[in-house]
Amino acid sequence: MVKLLEWQGKEIFRNYGIPLPKGAVVRSGNDVEKALGSHVTLPCVIKAQVRVGGRGKGGALRFASTAEEARKATEEILGSTFKEEKVKEVLIEQKLPIDRELYLSLTLDRSRRMPILMGSAEGGVEIESVPDEKIFKIWVHPFTGILDYQKRQAAKLLGLTGDAAKELAGILETLWTIFEGEDAELVEINPLVVSAGHLVALDSKVIIEDDAIFRHPQYDHLQGDLTDLEEKAHEKGIAFVEMGGDVGVIANGAGLTMATLDVLLENGGKPGVFLDLGGTDDPKKVAEAFLLMSEAKPKVVFINIFGGVTRCDTVASGLASEITRNPPKFGIITRIRGNNEREGREILNGIGIGSYPDLAEAVRQVVALEVRP
Amino acid sequence: MSVLVDASTRVLVLGITGHQGTIHTRGMKAFGTQVVAGTSMRKGVPEVEGVPVFESVQEATTATHPNAACLFVPAPFAKDALYEVVDAGIPLAVIITEHIPFHDMLEMLYYAKGKGTRIIGPNCPGLATPGGAKVGITPNIIFHPGDIGVVSRSGTLTYEIVNSLTENHLGQTTCIGLGGDPVPGTTFIDALELFEKDPATKGIVMVGEIGGVAEEEAAAYIASHVKKPVVAYIAGQSAPPGKRMGHAGAIITRGKGTAESKVQALSRAGVRVARFPYEIPGLVQQALKV
Repeated sequence: MVKLLEWQGKEIFRNYGIPLPKGAVVRSGNDVEKALGSHVTLPCVIKAQVRVGGRGKGGALRFASTAEEARKATEEILGSTFKEEKVKEVLIEQKLPIDRELYLSLTLDRSRRMPILMGSAEGGVEIESVPDEKIFKIWVHPFTGILDYQKRQAAKLLGLTGDAAKELAGILETLWTIFEGEDAELVEINPLVVSAGHLVALDSKVIIEDDAIFRHPQYDHLQGDLTDLEEKAHEKGIAFVEMGGDVGVIANGAGLTMATLDVLLENGGKPGVFLDLGGTDDPKKVAEAFLLMSEAKPKVVFINIFGGVTRCDTVASGLASEITRNPPKFGIITRIRGNNEREGREILNGIGIGSYPDLAEAVRQVVALEVRP
Repeated sequence: MSVLVDASTRVLVLGITGHQGTIHTRGMKAFGTQVVAGTSMRKGVPEVEGVPVFESVQEATTATHPNAACLFVPAPFAKDALYEVVDAGIPLAVIITEHIPFHDMLEMLYYAKGKGTRIIGPNCPGLATPGGAKVGITPNIIFHPGDIGVVSRSGTLTYEIVNSLTENHLGQTTCIGLGGDPVPGTTFIDALELFEKDPATKGIVMVGEIGGVAEEEAAAYIASHVKKPVVAYIAGQSAPPGKRMGHAGAIITRGKGTAESKVQALSRAGVRVARFPYEIPGLVQQALKV
């Protein structure tokens, strides 16, 4: 998932015509004056551009009534770290008078297998803290988009009338266009404020679906900060999870990976890095994952593969030649099940690598190697 | 008896000239499946693995009358391919393709529903009825005919579990791989309904994962509609809370979606829940004795 920063989401809002406060992105204190001169009027608000939430309470959001204050606040925020995320950019925006703060979002309801429009008259706070009965839910058919009666319904539930209700209808239509057109998982405005009788989006939260990036190459480089290893795994299409223990696990398929984790933890093992190959048992991919895992420097590596397409002996020989070529400094335990599994085990045992048919037994061997000094 | 596929199933393979399409056409045929036709964007390929190749679903349908389609079409073209299958009147579409954007899948789902085609998948291993037919990519050697219905959101974990059932002399009626995507064409509830109605199925194994609320919904359905014994395993019971889909996603699910909530809901519905995959055969044997 590609989680956009506030200003990146607002660029999308601006392009589609959702009303925003005047603002500018600033990357150094020296740029503050220019931003204030050309775009933004005082008093202004300075907002750290980070992907984590809770900026208001965490000091990542400041107000300034003079250019000097704005510059000082910007310099303090830039380069600081907010909830482990380094602040590289701030958004400076004009401060608007606020009459009311509302909440709006469009996302997928997996349970109903339908897009869902949610709204609340109590916006401006983290939506998880708003009680269910204060949030309205309207399900949207993918072939119709938000219907006119649903827009009227939403306006009523938000307590908007007259021009503001008309503006809301326009914003809802636009949100839907963004949700579909940009292949978003989430489009959220929190808060959507009523300022001098008009609706303005004060914040943006937009998440683009990974699987749809082929239609939107412009978002490809906007992924959050990945470590070098994560970046490499991402490029090879391997799911990579770091958990802080010292057992590296390579498995194929999310379900099998999680089941392996269940059994490992139950037996007192401490999973460190997880590499999920996806459904594949392609020997080349297995070898690639093994090399990647070596870079993470685990104490023990556990390889748990169920061979569906490739024969186990083919997977085992690929792995064996990789291990022989670069003898690793860590222990290795394997479990490869499927077609020709006995031959596969023989190949690995032949080069001194433990290979077991039973998951519980294999995990006990992993833990025994892990606790060995 | 079985559900969804049997010896009379006639399969059309979309994307048959691709690497995966060709390998799995061979696998399906080796399973005993009637693969009657394939389609390909490549022109001038007369046949693959002895299966005639056509340029469009309509042509393949007119000539060979398939009643199931298996899609290996790359994600960017999957929506169009599915529409072609639906418009040709094929009642069952198994979508193996992974990484289909959920916005596409939503449209595919409602289009297919409106015209009476059932979708299995996407991003799934497909369906297999041992001794009957297979539509998909599950390994042939793990299956044995019997009276257990298997339904799962996982891929390789399903192979693992079916394999352990077979090793313990618990054969299967049909195995349904729903796929792990956010918008599945067929849900646990759909599959449970099919197995409950199938006279040959005596017990049901359900393999879920953490995330989403499909298992909780299945539990509610089992409590009110399923009389046959059900054994379940939820993968990821020990996993730390994973990444979720922003705040709005959390609002929809509110406290559901965790392994704990799934295990509780299923246990309350009378389902025997395994802590580890290798406990499943034992629990099934217990359940069948009662």
